[in-house]
Amino acid sequence: MSAETLYPLHNGIGNMVRSLFPESAFIINPIIGLISLVVLVSSLAAVLILLERKVAGHMQLRHGPMRVGYHGILQPLADGVKLIFKEIMQPKGADTFIFYLAPVLPLTATFLVMTIMPFDHHLQLADPSGGVLYIIGVSGLSVLGILLGGWASNNKLSLLGAMRSGAQMISFEVSLALIMLLIVMLSGSASLRGIVLSQEGLIFDWWIFKFPFLGILSFFMYLIASTAELNRTPFDLAEAESELSAGYHTEYSGMGFAMFFFAEFVNMFVSAGLATTLFLGGFHPPLIGISIIDGLLNLLPGFVWFFGKTFFIVFVYMWFRWTFPRVRIDQLMSLEWKMLLPLNLLLLTLGAVFMMLGWAG
Amino acid sequence: MKATIPKENLLDYSSRYLRKVFTGFYSLIQGMEITIKYFLNPKTVITQQYPENRDTLEMFERFRGPVSMPHDEKGQNACVACGICEKACPNGSISVLTTKDLSGRKVLGKYVYRMAQCAFCGLCVESCPFDAIVLTRDFELSVYNRNELTWVLNTPQIEQEENAND
Repeated sequence: MSAETLYPLHNGIGNMVRSLFPESAFIINPIIGLISLVVLVSSLAAVLILLERKVAGHMQLRHGPMRVGYHGILQPLADGVKLIFKEIMQPKGADTFIFYLAPVLPLTATFLVMTIMPFDHHLQLADPSGGVLYIIGVSGLSVLGILLGGWASNNKLSLLGAMRSGAQMISFEVSLALIMLLIVMLSGSASLRGIVLSQEGLIFDWWIFKFPFLGILSFFMYLIASTAELNRTPFDLAEAESELSAGYHTEYSGMGFAMFFFAEFVNMFVSAGLATTLFLGGFHPPLIGISIIDGLLNLLPGFVWFFGKTFFIVFVYMWFRWTFPRVRIDQLMSLEWKMLLPLNLLLLTLGAVFMMLGWAG
Repeated sequence: MKATIPKENLLDYSSRYLRKVFTGFYSLIQGMEITIKYFLNPKTVITQQYPENRDTLEMFERFRGPVSMPHDEKGQNACVACGICEKACPNGSISVLTTKDLSGRKVLGKYVYRMAQCAFCGLCVESCPFDAIVLTRDFELSVYNRNELTWVLNTPQIEQEENAND
């Protein structure tokens, strides 16, 4: 029995629309999907911003936002209202078209990656068979947005931040792509759903444990490379408040800034979701082989497990950010080109050897 | 002639490389341990939610607030009007105004303390030989009128007599 027959890609709402409007279902269904994606992304951004501020506060012996709502729960709403009513200013000599185009690109990249995120068996907008390739291609748009934003701002600090960010993101994309390639090689599928389904079974069937020892190593390497890809501390040279005022978004105000900010936070969720998909078994519950506990774990729907694992990884990113000091640009580059890349190539070779010997899954 | 650095062999290089990686990870884990400890114990938070908790908020022991003169239950203070505090004050915020009692002895009339000039250095309290003045722990000191910042610290004699009659 193949995976397609076990878990058909149809869901309840889609089937209902198909039965009610058989002719126009192919338009209505994508529109419903896209609207739910927009709602998901905007609510995720709000939740993540609040979470970041609370985590930052408690790690630095503070409370974080406490005034708006109970323990500051409505703070993102207040922030949003503030950002909407702020004046959008454009620096003198800025390239108008590119200046207003730049903030849209990272957000677009985020949306595009979110469309193929496998939240559950039936919760995925599209499942291209080259999903990993698509992610690698599309996430390049956010680098472009940052570079254009820094260039169009007509500000030397913005340009410096953007150039640093471009160099950093392009270098770390190499290791990220190689790690994804390793997982694609092991699971034998490049579609995200296929990768998740290849980890079905017990917790030991997740790629982090299934690929002996090297799975954990490649998981940590993925965490490091994606932190750098996200421009977060300890690799936040693109923003580096103490050196470059705010880096590439120094000159942005109001909604332009908000879009960069949204993209940054939702990208964090996307990276964590990819880590979940590639290493932590996606929407599969962590079964341990004892039938009573497994029955309880199976009661929870898959998207709960997906969001739980993803938010755990998001918390790890925040934990990194509020613990580690920033690295220098030469340390950053030597980390990528002297440590991660050779290790990645070694891992890829070892993965092939393990597969030949039949040790990997 | 430039000094040439002797070339490391591969074993030394790789062992140094690995040691660097492991010590680096160890120190990062130490840092993460500290922050997660703070995160998991919300009691470690030192920020005060000030206007909400003003009833229970206690300033710490060594806080230097405005000077005050403690009085015992009979309304008597320990000040002998020697004026050492007035001389010790770098800002001239203390004026000890003396008067004479019935037997012709010099006693304290008014102890004038100008809070607006005070730097809360505590030199007056240190210099006082009789411990007649102390630093309080008040910190809500704003007023609308500058005149309200000039205080008379001792209870005047007339009031004392009134208190005694009560």
